[in-house]
Amino acid sequence: MNDTPEFVADERLKPEPFIARLMKRPELGAIAGAVLVTLFFLATADSSMFTLAGVMNFMTPAAQLGILAIGAAMLMIGGEFDLSIGSMVAFAGLFFGVCSVTWGLPLIIAIPMTLVFAGMVGAINGVIVIRSGLPSFIVTLAFLFILRGLSLVGLKLATGGSTQLRGVRDAVEGDWLAPFFSGDAFQGLFASLASSGLIDSFKNGSPKVPGIPVEILWFLVIAALATYVLLRTPAGNWIFAAGGDSNAASNSGVPVARVKISLFVLTACCAALVAIITVMDAGSTDARRGFQKEFEAIIAAVIGGCLLTGGYGSAIGAFFGAIIFGMVVIGLTYTNFDQDWFQVFLGGMLLIAVLFNNAIRKRVTGER
Amino acid sequence: MSNDSTFHHGDAPKTAPIIQMNGIEKHFGNIIALAGVSFDVRPGECHCLLGDNGAGKSTFIKTMSGVHKPTKGTITFEGKPLSFDSPRDAMEAGIATVFQDLAMIPLMSVTRNFFMGREPTRGRGLLKRFDTQRANEITIEEMRKMGINLRGPDQAVGTLSGGERQTVAIARAVFFGAKVLILDEPTSALGVRQTSNVLATIDRVRKQGIGVVFISHNVRHALAVGDRFTVLNRGKTLGTAKRGEITPSELQDLMAGGQELAQLGGSLGGTV
Repeated sequence: MNDTPEFVADERLKPEPFIARLMKRPELGAIAGAVLVTLFFLATADSSMFTLAGVMNFMTPAAQLGILAIGAAMLMIGGEFDLSIGSMVAFAGLFFGVCSVTWGLPLIIAIPMTLVFAGMVGAINGVIVIRSGLPSFIVTLAFLFILRGLSLVGLKLATGGSTQLRGVRDAVEGDWLAPFFSGDAFQGLFASLASSGLIDSFKNGSPKVPGIPVEILWFLVIAALATYVLLRTPAGNWIFAAGGDSNAASNSGVPVARVKISLFVLTACCAALVAIITVMDAGSTDARRGFQKEFEAIIAAVIGGCLLTGGYGSAIGAFFGAIIFGMVVIGLTYTNFDQDWFQVFLGGMLLIAVLFNNAIRKRVTGER
Repeated sequence: MSNDSTFHHGDAPKTAPIIQMNGIEKHFGNIIALAGVSFDVRPGECHCLLGDNGAGKSTFIKTMSGVHKPTKGTITFEGKPLSFDSPRDAMEAGIATVFQDLAMIPLMSVTRNFFMGREPTRGRGLLKRFDTQRANEITIEEMRKMGINLRGPDQAVGTLSGGERQTVAIARAVFFGAKVLILDEPTSALGVRQTSNVLATIDRVRKQGIGVVFISHNVRHALAVGDRFTVLNRGKTLGTAKRGEITPSELQDLMAGGQELAQLGGSLGGTV
């Protein structure tokens, strides 16, 4: 506010405390949650959890979920849901597997084809929702089953009866584009850090952590891009407006239908990216890939401050929501607790987040 | 003949109307919503359109703002015959309507609402971005011109009072170049103090040379700020009066169709 020198403060206003201003940021809950979870595991988990290797260990699943969660968060801010993203991971994984293994296409063709294909399915979702005016919840629930079923049928057709398509690793071996979508980045840097003793290394001198898994880099880049779009571009304003009140937005000249359909396409492309990365890592694809990821992604977005009613939320929040998720899933294995506490923990976090978000919304809108 | 008051400063200049509507009829199937309405607005005047519920006020302003096409009648805008195909056409021509729902989003900041759909940008190509600093400055400045000191440009619209929201909507229409500003019952849901703020805003806008169409069923609000008064009853105009030529009770009687309220008036002691 200091960049507007003409601004004269109202004398009836008390200066707002820093904490109160922070309280108004949608991502605050997620950041506070991440701090709490970190403190919890610092107290209870084996100290190896917070070594470099341990951090990479929980950041990898966090990143895979986070890419989905950021897409889901943008769509939720735009006022819609997509329950089909988990099935989309399996379906896009199948399409990618068929492209690279069955058809033997190089990655430079297979990856864009997979993204375009997934985007088209996302657009179908979006067009049905916009044209029919039905809740996206029900339309995408239908696609949850349709895409999961198609993945099973398609896998059997592609493999002659199996529900697993193998041989992706051999197919992409040596492709110049492969390092961008699989394995670890900055291996040279990590090797030199290990030899100079800055990071832990094995007895033979190779670093314990060979590099940063590429999905973490994608996760960071996508979070930064999404935040930039939401906060600093007209398109971001349109997303908030379309989700806040689509009628008011279109009366003010916002192309609501275009915004929402683009968001469905974006969410589907996020799912396809996760599919490409995980299929290349695993070397195979199967019909259960991405199972229940739609719920986990929406939970991460809600923990990140997105309102179920749309029009409010942040990509940074979803970023931290996904990290909390990864920490809890992996972190419990470092503790003496039964790992199955995970689901209890997750449900509890979700409930707290929703209550918290509701209170924040009332504060922001001045509701009493 | 001007009797200046708290909310009315100086008469409107005698110029040609910006928009002139003649013998407008609008039928919905077998229902005749408008049966011959004539109305015009000059720059710098506030022309009040009064009428009881169901008189056809809403249908008439929707015709004016391009939502409905008239079944019969002509619209002349700045001397040229005109027919709007959509609200967007009317908006681009300079006819801005502030409907009762205000087209505003409570969860978003004042700045984001102010520029919704018309964001200023800087940079080019992929670096084209929402110029938040300029948007914030303009919002603060425009709101201050309307007499509202915002806590900050990032204040959510939901925290504003009804009168302040109304003012944001008016300021937004004026900033984006409205020549005719149609206000649909802007004071109907407001308290006394907020009403006077909105009336003061209308006076301010009027003096900038914008033609204001003020729709109301409250005679006192209309008389406080209006230059001319047109009464609509059962889809027809009952006549137009100039400021100072009509008393509140005459206006009230016209709105009610003349009879029933005159009888009621006695028992209510002239309080309506």
